[in-house]
Amino acid sequence: MNYLKFLIIGVFFGIVLVKSEAVSWYRIYEMFRFQSFHMYGIIGTAIITGILFLQLSKKGIKGKNILVPKKENGFTRYIIGGTIFGLGWALIGACPGPLYILLGTGVLSMAVVIAAAMLGTFVYGILKNKLPH
Amino acid sequence: MDIILNPWPWYVSGPLITTVMALLLYFGKTFGMSSNLKTMCTIAGAGKVSEFFKFNWKEHSWNLVVVAGAIIGGYIGSHYLSNQSTTNLNPETVKELKNLGFDNIGAHLVPAEIFDWEVVFSVKGLLILIIGGFLVGFGTRYADGCTSGHAISGLSSLQKPSLVAVIGFFIGGLIMANFILPLIF
Repeated sequence: MNYLKFLIIGVFFGIVLVKSEAVSWYRIYEMFRFQSFHMYGIIGTAIITGILFLQLSKKGIKGKNILVPKKENGFTRYIIGGTIFGLGWALIGACPGPLYILLGTGVLSMAVVIAAAMLGTFVYGILKNKLPH
Repeated sequence: MDIILNPWPWYVSGPLITTVMALLLYFGKTFGMSSNLKTMCTIAGAGKVSEFFKFNWKEHSWNLVVVAGAIIGGYIGSHYLSNQSTTNLNPETVKELKNLGFDNIGAHLVPAEIFDWEVVFSVKGLLILIIGGFLVGFGTRYADGCTSGHAISGLSSLQKPSLVAVIGFFIGGLIMANFILPLIF
């Protein structure tokens, strides 16, 4: 029962990203070529409604605190790591959520990408202490 | 029914994605998809090699359930809630991709030129998927988040590190789409 709500949230997330075409490789390409407003509209309205939601729920909802954990301060890791992720995002046309969603839509070769993404995460874990953060 | 079956406009989709974040926060969790990759490494035994993967993965199993749901949602969304319409891309985008050698542009969610098994089993095709996946997995962990963690959750909560990360996402994405993709295809 505890897990059921997370399953339902996941199903909802998957449906929304398919129906919004945010899982479309072409939409990501179009975004990075500045040829369409579609993806900017999605991300923009998500952030605006997100800001509103977090401001309005500052005092909590039904006694539950609504808090986004603070990211550690820094610059190097965010700009370098972000750029590396961006290169992969535009090549594969999918960020981590869509990797799984696309697998569900029937793009089974996405399993290769997911395995490679696990390998990338694994290599980061090994090199972590040697990288500038 | 058409309103469901047709692609959803951006002004509907964006707030719905925020709903996912809001629900997860309400249940005391966070919206972050890339951390599942770390959890899966830990389950696969990566803790034996690096301290980074030594944590109690069961505390993060809720997020793997979200992933399972997302896979099911992808299936439902594409098989039962879609009318297989071609993505309404900018004609300029279509022309460009045609010039790069792509066909049936926007007919499916992903190009056959990258994801068809025939392509995947070629050296170049396999390298594209492996390098792309590697960059996503390595970069998101290095940056401590992806689109959900930084662009949606981080920017919604007005965090500077997330702004830097999202600027990084775009530097990388712009370099790939504008300079590297034309060299690959």
